[in-house]
Amino acid sequence: MSKSYFKTYPNEKGYFGEYGGAYIPPVLEEEMRKITEAYFKISKSHEFISQLRSIRKHYQGRPTPVYYCNRLSEKYSGRIYLKREDLNHTGAHKLNHCMGEALLAKYLGKKRLIAETGAGQHGVALATAAAYFGLECEIHMGEVDIKKEHPNVVRMKILGAEVVPVTHGLKTLKEAVDSAFEAYLKDPINTIYCIGSVVGPHPFPMMVRDFQRVVGIEAKEQFFDMTGELPDNVVACVGGGSNAMGIFSAFIEDEEVTLYGVEPAGRDLSVIGEHAATITHGSPGILHGFKCYTLQDEKGEPAPVYSVASGLDYPGVGPEHSMLHDLKRVKYSSATDKDAIDAFYELSRLEGIIPALESAHAVAHALKIAKEHPRQSILVNLSGRGDKDIDFIVDNYGLPK
Amino acid sequence: MNRINQLFKNKKDILSVYFTAGYPNLNDTNTIIQSLEKNGTDLVEIGMPFSDPLADGPTIQASSLTALKNGMSISKLFEQLKEVRKTVSIPIILMGYINPVHKFGIEKFINKCAEVGVDGVIIPDLPFNEYYEEHQQLFENAGVTNIFLITPQTPDARIKLIDDNTKGFIYMVSSAAVTGAKKGLSEAQLAYFTRVNNLNLKNPTLIGFGIGDHESFTEACKYSKGAIIGSAFIKMLSKSSNFENDIKKFISSIRNN
Repeated sequence: MSKSYFKTYPNEKGYFGEYGGAYIPPVLEEEMRKITEAYFKISKSHEFISQLRSIRKHYQGRPTPVYYCNRLSEKYSGRIYLKREDLNHTGAHKLNHCMGEALLAKYLGKKRLIAETGAGQHGVALATAAAYFGLECEIHMGEVDIKKEHPNVVRMKILGAEVVPVTHGLKTLKEAVDSAFEAYLKDPINTIYCIGSVVGPHPFPMMVRDFQRVVGIEAKEQFFDMTGELPDNVVACVGGGSNAMGIFSAFIEDEEVTLYGVEPAGRDLSVIGEHAATITHGSPGILHGFKCYTLQDEKGEPAPVYSVASGLDYPGVGPEHSMLHDLKRVKYSSATDKDAIDAFYELSRLEGIIPALESAHAVAHALKIAKEHPRQSILVNLSGRGDKDIDFIVDNYGLPK
Repeated sequence: MNRINQLFKNKKDILSVYFTAGYPNLNDTNTIIQSLEKNGTDLVEIGMPFSDPLADGPTIQASSLTALKNGMSISKLFEQLKEVRKTVSIPIILMGYINPVHKFGIEKFINKCAEVGVDGVIIPDLPFNEYYEEHQQLFENAGVTNIFLITPQTPDARIKLIDDNTKGFIYMVSSAAVTGAKKGLSEAQLAYFTRVNNLNLKNPTLIGFGIGDHESFTEACKYSKGAIIGSAFIKMLSKSSNFENDIKKFISSIRNN
């Protein structure tokens, strides 16, 4: 891996290898150009960085700790560590890029933030950022997810955001992105679409990754302080892939660290429509303005996707993940609904930490690695807390005996 | 000289109608094209349905989802168009999104267009640079015109660059940025049309998005060679039980009020 990874990827045109780019209607072209320009000019300025650092410390409560799981490690072997993004303000890593995007929006004179949300974590984080900066906020969310993630819907409303229910197609994450784009196109001048992951047209995959890098930078230092070495393995769940890019970014150039991206295998990895393991089973395509691995049919239509975790059921994936897969720098594997539910309860009962269903996919894979490599250390990005999921899980899966 | 250039050379107040292939029923495509030509439409734009279109409003999106359910695909559409070309002589333009076209194979797609008599293509999410660097030659060799959209936000320099690299017409997106019939043209829209006209482009322009009745059509024709109607036409189709009759009434209401 080249030393100057972050300066190499993405390239000038917004490509990570062959992935990424900006496949967007002309009405957005000029806006994307302006946002890219502003990103390089404003976000790299001393003033912006100081402001964002102060926000992270005093408002978000960063740095979040790295925690060694005593009982979990004892039961499964290995040495399992968690980067506690569940302790970041609003209960997930999403606020890291939302505060960055909203601060940039403020500098650009935007009045309104628009976004899609799956599990509601990104929506809550953006609504929070909007309240902080005094901006309007509109969140698009599939009807199916609105029912499933009720507490987050209420949180968004309390924070003053408007929640727009999305009723077409499968009524989940992909359709919420369609709907948010549609709203954005009506007024790109006063609005900014703060996309919820390392996806979408350039510059969003780069911008969101850069704002999430704080997770990896902190975790690497904390882990070294605790152990005097680098972790053998780093594990994160991948839907669009923002929390994974956040933590992977600090270790990409450390070849001795094995990186694992965990995709949702849903109910059945061998049946289209029953999972959302985009890298594991997809092929390159273009969706929502960027090129990436996609689950699609022979006509180029995005395939139906499913996962128990609302934040992971997307038929595309970040362009940088697509490239890292091709480069074989990250190993992409998957965890089923059942694996995730089991891990959800294991972590809750052995450590007193209720993880988000999304993050539970990463925990599930970490337990697998621990059993296979009892001498190795495993750093998991615990990207969010599970409060939002508790009713859904207990109603549908019951409590373990 | 292809059919598009021929049309623009000979006519003004060009009426172009957009509809989604395979909507309301799979095999309505050709009936609609024939009826449009018969009733004085100068140009048809046929939407290749895609489930996640970034530039279409609710009306066209809904029609695309129906068309996909009906079984419409690019290959199916080419089969239909091959038939209809035997009887129809107005220019035909295909509009659709890049992923299905890539999946079909872009070179194969362009050649197939030429083979069945499709005159032009609009792919709103195909970046100009990619067209310029990778596909322009293919299009030109096949004699298929790639048509670009410009918007009130497109800088003059960009418009000129597009003008230099296309040979049909330029599609002026009026302002409501996603398609949808909204009545009347605003001051700001008119200022934008004037700005574009003052650039003295070599290509003619058509105005699209927000055109839905006689008044907006006539107004648009003052600032360009004609206009494109989409959502309003699709709304009519969705309610129609007699295309022949209703298309005739619709076109005549646009032309003559």
